[in-house]
Amino acid sequence: MESFAYARPATRAEAIGLLGGTYEEAAILAGGTDLLSLMKNYVVAPKRLVDIKGVKEFGGITSDASGVRIGAIVPLQELAGNAELQKSFPGLTAAAAAVPSMQIRNMGTVGGDLLQRPRCWYFRNGFGLLARDAKGKPLVPGGDNRYHAILENGGPAYFVNPSGLAPVLIALGAELEIVGGKGAHKVALEKFYRAPATENEREYHLAPDEILAAILLPKGAGEWKTAIYEVREKQALDWPLAAAAVALRLEGATVREARIVLAHVAPTPWMASKAAAREVEGHPLSPESAAKAGAAAVEPAHPLSGNKYKVQLARVAVKRAILAAGRT
Amino acid sequence: MADYKWPPAEKRSLIGKSFTRVDGPVKSSGRAKYSYDINRPGMLYGKMVFSPYAHANVKSIDTKAAEKMPGVRAVLVMFEPGKEVLWAGQEIVALAAETEEQARDAARAVKVEYEVLPHLVSDVAPDKAGAEHSKAGSESKDGDPDGAMKSAEVTSEGTYGASVITHCCLEAHGQVAEWEGEKLTVWASSQNVTGIAGEFSKALNVPAANVETITQYMGGGFGSKFGADPWGPACAKLAKQAGRPVKMMLERDQELMEAGARPSIHARVKLGAKKDGTLVAWDSESWGTSGPQGGGNPPLPYVLRAANRRTKHTAVLTNIGPGRAWRAPNHPQCAVITMCALDDLAAAIPMDPLDFFIKNIELTGERSKVYHEELLGAAEMIEWKKKWHPRGAHNKGPIQRGLGLSIHTWGGGGHQSNCNCTIHPDGSVEVSLGSQDLGTGTRTIIALVAGETFGLPIPAITVNIGDSHYPPSGASGGSTTVGGVGSSTRRAATNALNELFAKVAPALNAKPEELEAVGGKVRVAADPSRAISWKEACAKLGATPITAAGQRSMDLISSGVGGAQMAEVSVDTETGVVRIEEIVAVQDCGLVLNLTTAQSQVFGALIMGVTYALFEEKLMDEQTGRCLNPDMEFYKLAGLADIGKFQVHMMTGPGYDERGLIGLGEPPVVSPGAAISNAVANAIGVRVPTIPITPAKVLAALESAPRAGRA
Amino acid sequence: MNDEHRHNPPGSPPDGQDPHETSPAGEGEAKGFSRRAFLKGAGVTVSAGVMVTEGLLGTGAASAQPAPGAIAGPGPVPITLKINGKPHSLQLEPRVTLLDALRDHLDITGAKKVCDRATCGACTVLLDGKAAYSCTVLAIEAQNYEITTIEGLAAEGELSPVSAAFVEHDAQQCGFCTPGFVVAVTAFLKQNPNPSYEQVTAGLGGNLCRCGTYMGVREAALDAAKRMAGRA
Repeated sequence: MESFAYARPATRAEAIGLLGGTYEEAAILAGGTDLLSLMKNYVVAPKRLVDIKGVKEFGGITSDASGVRIGAIVPLQELAGNAELQKSFPGLTAAAAAVPSMQIRNMGTVGGDLLQRPRCWYFRNGFGLLARDAKGKPLVPGGDNRYHAILENGGPAYFVNPSGLAPVLIALGAELEIVGGKGAHKVALEKFYRAPATENEREYHLAPDEILAAILLPKGAGEWKTAIYEVREKQALDWPLAAAAVALRLEGATVREARIVLAHVAPTPWMASKAAAREVEGHPLSPESAAKAGAAAVEPAHPLSGNKYKVQLARVAVKRAILAAGRT
Repeated sequence: MADYKWPPAEKRSLIGKSFTRVDGPVKSSGRAKYSYDINRPGMLYGKMVFSPYAHANVKSIDTKAAEKMPGVRAVLVMFEPGKEVLWAGQEIVALAAETEEQARDAARAVKVEYEVLPHLVSDVAPDKAGAEHSKAGSESKDGDPDGAMKSAEVTSEGTYGASVITHCCLEAHGQVAEWEGEKLTVWASSQNVTGIAGEFSKALNVPAANVETITQYMGGGFGSKFGADPWGPACAKLAKQAGRPVKMMLERDQELMEAGARPSIHARVKLGAKKDGTLVAWDSESWGTSGPQGGGNPPLPYVLRAANRRTKHTAVLTNIGPGRAWRAPNHPQCAVITMCALDDLAAAIPMDPLDFFIKNIELTGERSKVYHEELLGAAEMIEWKKKWHPRGAHNKGPIQRGLGLSIHTWGGGGHQSNCNCTIHPDGSVEVSLGSQDLGTGTRTIIALVAGETFGLPIPAITVNIGDSHYPPSGASGGSTTVGGVGSSTRRAATNALNELFAKVAPALNAKPEELEAVGGKVRVAADPSRAISWKEACAKLGATPITAAGQRSMDLISSGVGGAQMAEVSVDTETGVVRIEEIVAVQDCGLVLNLTTAQSQVFGALIMGVTYALFEEKLMDEQTGRCLNPDMEFYKLAGLADIGKFQVHMMTGPGYDERGLIGLGEPPVVSPGAAISNAVANAIGVRVPTIPITPAKVLAALESAPRAGRA
Repeated sequence: MNDEHRHNPPGSPPDGQDPHETSPAGEGEAKGFSRRAFLKGAGVTVSAGVMVTEGLLGTGAASAQPAPGAIAGPGPVPITLKINGKPHSLQLEPRVTLLDALRDHLDITGAKKVCDRATCGACTVLLDGKAAYSCTVLAIEAQNYEITTIEGLAAEGELSPVSAAFVEHDAQQCGFCTPGFVVAVTAFLKQNPNPSYEQVTAGLGGNLCRCGTYMGVREAALDAAKRMAGRA
């Protein structure tokens, strides 16, 4: 790890004042499990860390008439254990609880989960976010891409978004509250991620001088039935190979509306097509319709040389998440 | 007079019973000081610069900038410019600085110029690797394999394999080195505390008498920590240069890149049998890589050997980093090849593999009766006959269950070992050996053997090990430690006891040879009422303790064991995810000293085997020549939730105990890969040809066999 | 007195002039604090909860904490860590992790460095009673917590109920993962005082063992829960 300066602001304004114009100038420190690991690998080397864990405005889970606000520095364990959210958003609390390490759940924050960097081993081993060799040749297509993208993988980005919470939050229509020198604004989480086109871009729309302050669940989101399904090779600490989050709006037994988001399959959380949702909309849930939705969801997949299996996993994850959501 | 022979069952007070380990409290309270934990006054931190290239000519090494970095106190070039590095991770420069952070900064300031050369890091067959990367190994022919194959009523052909794995010891390789004048002390994480002292002496050109190596506690070796390694003497040189102690432990990425690997194996196997299950022929062509140096010839076919057989092996030379002995070298790989091929043959007949193995049990050789007994025992424990079904889907829905088995062997025995045993006039007892406890329970069994000999409880014995100044003992490898230290301790303790008897006999009005030490007393064997307490007996020594020596004693030990393991798995045929339901292990190892630590060895081996079967693999990138997973995130070890239920049964009693000590570290780790692979094949109806059995491979295997149990 | 902190501070250099320390540019050993001065002056000395500092630092716990929003470092800065109930005053760069502060600067070595990347759990400590990986917590931010290491779970020579259960069930072989596991189980049982077999199995996924001691760990966790309930 390169040396850096450290600051721990107490207020939002102080925090914003400590940020810089580039990612290299300052980075935001919350749980630290990902950022410090990246710094130890010299993948990033910010000159200043702004520890926002002391800023009360970035914490807490509150709800009012407009919806639910989850502070970005809320630890995953606090989210997982929130009794009210367990009732109204079981898919969300399940996603937080699914991180199979008590230590990560205690340290890791909701904001950190959304902003953690890809686990691509070329990226982590110093070949850049776009994983290229010294001559600029992309390494993923001809390399070991077993954990890489099967969707939106035409390059230059091949990694998968690793967030555990983003898929279910997107399915619930969550927004992010982002603060910065120019004030605060909201952005739909669905629009927040991107597949970077150059090495200088991040995989999300958060400028170096901005802070993710909170996650907002709109009023009415609680009417959705949510569930996640993660395909895990190991049950102890590990990354899912593929996952899906599903939100269903039911009328009696009939599915009125379905939102299906796939995870660990693309550089961004992947909203499945309307066609996939239509397989389950308009009639009661059945294993057959759920399976059809799964098949439709992965229909556009183009696996790389070594990750064809993930198409099947994503298909099954969608099917199982739909059926699980129906059971909640 | 005390006899050093192992006591018969009815006379044992400690042997064969269950005891918690003597160093359990100090370890579980975090107070045990491992080599990594040694902090010396004025100590510096060492770090190494390593090659990022798998194969390159090192043109120049420039340490000037590094020398000027803050806190740097010593710099040592470890690699001669003009020579070639043969793997990514090979060490080039070592340096020491005041803090770890400064040492890392300085390591990054070292400039090395490389001329990058072509490499091979993929685990490929010789025809793909090319002649320059292939080294012919053994070829053998017994009986008439062609004729037997021709006349076989059933044949089966398949390709099987197991990937390269690394040791991933939790305590990294490394040491603390400190000079006091011309005397060197090294706290090393070592399986060979006696042996490495000589290595340091030679590498540093100092008299062996001036070197003391210490390993009080060590965090895992598994065969990778026998030597001083390049970084050992380098650390001592840095310490000399700086005039300060230096701690240099490998970082995790270095640990996984170069501190040891188990070679891969792959084989095309053809087998022939009669319809009644009699195995008649084996024909295999195998290959594998253990890095740049080639490697040994795998023992194929393994344990169960057809009379008519042909084998051919080729080593593939690669730039993946050096292989090292890895708990039961060659055996787990050969178990995968052999037991999976036999299991496929049984399925082709078709026949329950348990029946097939028993039908051919004579082919295991002289210990066939033991294998027979062990297979039946394991089958009973896992309820094989109740649960087993022919290959393929048996349940509705995607989850399918299956059973698999494997058998294995190992030599064991006892390494050279010397023990000094001292009885003090106050009744306290010390035993000293230049051995080490890797976590196998060596300390505990030494205390147990001495305690048994003196009729004292385990806590009454002070065990001094982990220091090269104690009497020399061998490296802890090959399951030879218990035989070595157990027998030398028995001899030394018996010799000391006989000296004590000589001093005590007059007080009991007896001859020394009439005495025995039992239950904290020294007494007349024929008349136990004539007794004095141990303490009183020792007080007869006056002011001078007794010290007696003992050496490894071949008549107290033996070698050659077998074991049988059976696994039950469930496979999600929609996702390819395999879960372990249960594994049972039946194992013999001669005379068991401490049942608790013996069983722990087997449990641990099974868990290691689950990791081998399902998760771990040293992944190399052919494009960059680099290891892709030199971390513990993607170098995957099974966690608590991944292991299932285990049962262990140790074969003890008549027929086993009288063989004496044999050793247990290696054998139980051999079979899990094969047994789990066979269980998966049984569950899904098709062979996943190589381990680790990942979801991707399971789905691919299912796809290749459309009739298989896919829901 | 069995005070684990009465030791030679690791890294105390011998006397003698050293060109690197005195180079005019300061060579990055910023703010005029050389490491040597720190070690001579502020070698950690603690007794009965009263912190004694001398020499260059002379700072107490309260003043070691920078003012909110103030920028500390990148050179060494005063840091006070409250570990196992006792304050320890140090001079560290902000990049020093809690794990390295414990092991390299305080000789508190129960927490082990293994993966050093928040995966294996060998470095687990309690921060305000909750299990955390000390390899990815900075020492400077750890000032905000009460830190408990394995050494703080029981006095030297004694065993906590969880440690005792680990011994009883032989939940250790090489023992290198064991302190992290013991601390994790301790925290887990605080949250789940009466766990089921399945909860233990699923709840300890943040720690890894290479020797394969999970059978014992599972039994030890269940047994420790019973022991602790019995005592309560």
